[in-house]
Amino acid sequence: MYVYDAFDRTLVTERVAEFRDQVARRLSGELTEEEFKPLRLMNGVYLQLHAYMLRTAIPYGTLSSEQLRMLAHVARKYDRGYGHFTTRQNIQYHWIKLAELPDAMADFASVGMHGMQTSGNCVRNITTDQWAGVAPDEIEDPRLWAELVRQHVTLHPEFSFMPRKFKIAVGSSSHDRAALRTHDLALRLHRNSAGELGFEVLVGGGLGRTPFLAQTIKPFLAKRDVLSYVEAILRTYNQFGRRDNIYKARIKILVHELGPEAFAKEVDAEWQSIKDGALALDDAAVDEIAARFRYPTYERLDDGPPELAAARRANRSFDAWMSNSVANHKVAGYAIVTLSLKPEGGTPGDATAEQMDAIADLADRYSFGEIRVGHEQNLTLPHVAQRDLPALWRALAAIGVATPNVNFISDIISCPGLDYCSLANARSIPIAQEITRRFHNLDLQRDLGRLHVNISGCINACGHHHVGHIGILGVEKNGEEFYQITLGGKADENATLGTLIGPAVPYAQVADVVEDIAAAYLELRQRPDELFIDTVKRTGVEPFRERVYATR
Amino acid sequence: MPLVENGRIVEDRYVRVDDDAPIPERVPVIVPAGRFLADADALTRRDGSLGVAWPNDRRVAELQPWLGHLALIALHFPKFRDGRAYSHARLLREHYGYGGTLRATGDVLRDQFSFLVRAGFNSFDVKKAADARAFAESVARYSVFYQPSADGTVPALRQRSQKAPAAGKPRVKA
Repeated sequence: MYVYDAFDRTLVTERVAEFRDQVARRLSGELTEEEFKPLRLMNGVYLQLHAYMLRTAIPYGTLSSEQLRMLAHVARKYDRGYGHFTTRQNIQYHWIKLAELPDAMADFASVGMHGMQTSGNCVRNITTDQWAGVAPDEIEDPRLWAELVRQHVTLHPEFSFMPRKFKIAVGSSSHDRAALRTHDLALRLHRNSAGELGFEVLVGGGLGRTPFLAQTIKPFLAKRDVLSYVEAILRTYNQFGRRDNIYKARIKILVHELGPEAFAKEVDAEWQSIKDGALALDDAAVDEIAARFRYPTYERLDDGPPELAAARRANRSFDAWMSNSVANHKVAGYAIVTLSLKPEGGTPGDATAEQMDAIADLADRYSFGEIRVGHEQNLTLPHVAQRDLPALWRALAAIGVATPNVNFISDIISCPGLDYCSLANARSIPIAQEITRRFHNLDLQRDLGRLHVNISGCINACGHHHVGHIGILGVEKNGEEFYQITLGGKADENATLGTLIGPAVPYAQVADVVEDIAAAYLELRQRPDELFIDTVKRTGVEPFRERVYATR
Repeated sequence: MPLVENGRIVEDRYVRVDDDAPIPERVPVIVPAGRFLADADALTRRDGSLGVAWPNDRRVAELQPWLGHLALIALHFPKFRDGRAYSHARLLREHYGYGGTLRATGDVLRDQFSFLVRAGFNSFDVKKAADARAFAESVARYSVFYQPSADGTVPALRQRSQKAPAAGKPRVKA
């Protein structure tokens, strides 16, 4: 947990004052909507179909219980009693009134939160692995570096009006849980052949209408150089990124048009002139930020306490949840617990104020007051003693966040779609809900195994459909909702873009198509433990295409 | 459009000269980039302060040989959202050590002032009179900054590692 100091608190307080003034000028008519738009966007305020939408950052997905209670408070006081966790470790409220926005922001600021740069053409919320600091396969906690970069780019005077938005992710594990290669810029901590820790730097990833996976432009960057190198990338992009066409303005197009080598050369020339200047990090500066991270004081415990094994034997439901939602922790005797926000028939990523309050209380009791938000739109309690798992499970089940479907077909990533979003061509949420109903049988879900369904309601790809094992993209044809289906995408360390299987299908047939694909997989797989994604890789999409379109 | 320098609304001493208009003698002038580059030797020998209006899609490196002769460089914001000139300002100040006047022109609005000052601008051709009057208040809005930039403010990271607490008063001067 990063704890704000006087600098951080002052900045967010001043930000609220500035935004209050901007809203007052908009309400008085001094600012036109066109002039107000970039200002509100830089505070995470969108105008959607029905109301303003407020997006608040959860930097690198880490929340304290106090902050989660504030998310609940804002949901209750200013919205309709719920919030929506997004694929970028943010939370969104969809029913906020313009005049009340400054008060909601002041409430967030009181717990060290803000919506700065959660939209607009600036550096967005910096994301990382939701298991940061606790994953057994991690080299070093990536959040220190995410925080250093976060601070550096916050209200950056040069990079607040770039050609387009800019998303950064930081990773540090052999398993990529942060979808690094879908980002404009990814920093991956690793060890070079000399045993030193540094970053692999990848640029130019992004989904949307022209999906690209990020390419490596620097295999190893010393830690001291991370800020200067990021600055050089942003400066290159700010000057040379396209501004003539919004669909070609992301850095991926610049990298693609120049080629990664030429882009890297341009960045390197700029970097050489600044690398030994004010941005070179020294140990004192890094230590100062590192010291603001608070870590739990773990008890000395053994793995696999006998009461846990007994509880698993005694209760089949608990055992199923243990197998599905609980992961190994780097500290003996502890576990990482994922809370599914994907109940049958629910909206992926939504949580009510009551659920948030209850989870905050459970975090205080069982997880050192800490909660994480992951890009799959679930929550995590990162530090649970294994002996507490039975009691925690009962409490989570009572509030509806213990569905043992994590990473299964009903653990769907979905954008808000046409139910809320003014950009959408088609609905996403009802498609997700129908799929969860079709696959409500947990034994069937377990049999299907790991299977990621990602749904976007338009080509902007907020639901990451390109990297879903099954990707579903809503399009509009003659005023009706149709959906393109892709197979074989993945967002992990072997990231791949999915392959389109054929013509788009109408709204009413999407869940049927997903059922057909699941049935085809069960027939095609060579062994029960061949995952869906591996079957698609082995067979290609052709047998799935045949199955889906045979009767359509 | 009111001009703001040193935090106050001032008269503009410079005359803007188009591509084909005669250049008045002994008067500060701002000439377009193309005209300047075509005739830089003669223009820099002329008596009177010289400024150049630089478009945001040309590399500022082209100006390097002449920086010592330019009293003013006007960098343009065709739209509020087009931020290329912020990079140009920082490059001129920090990379090329340009010490003359950097003027922001075009769609220059109140909510950019703080960014502009920090990027190294010290002259502001402000679009709206009300925004020009609010200049001092706007640039005083923030008292802490995370990153070093062209205006020489000490960023939070350095202040922290030097154990100097936030003074809580504005550090921006314009």
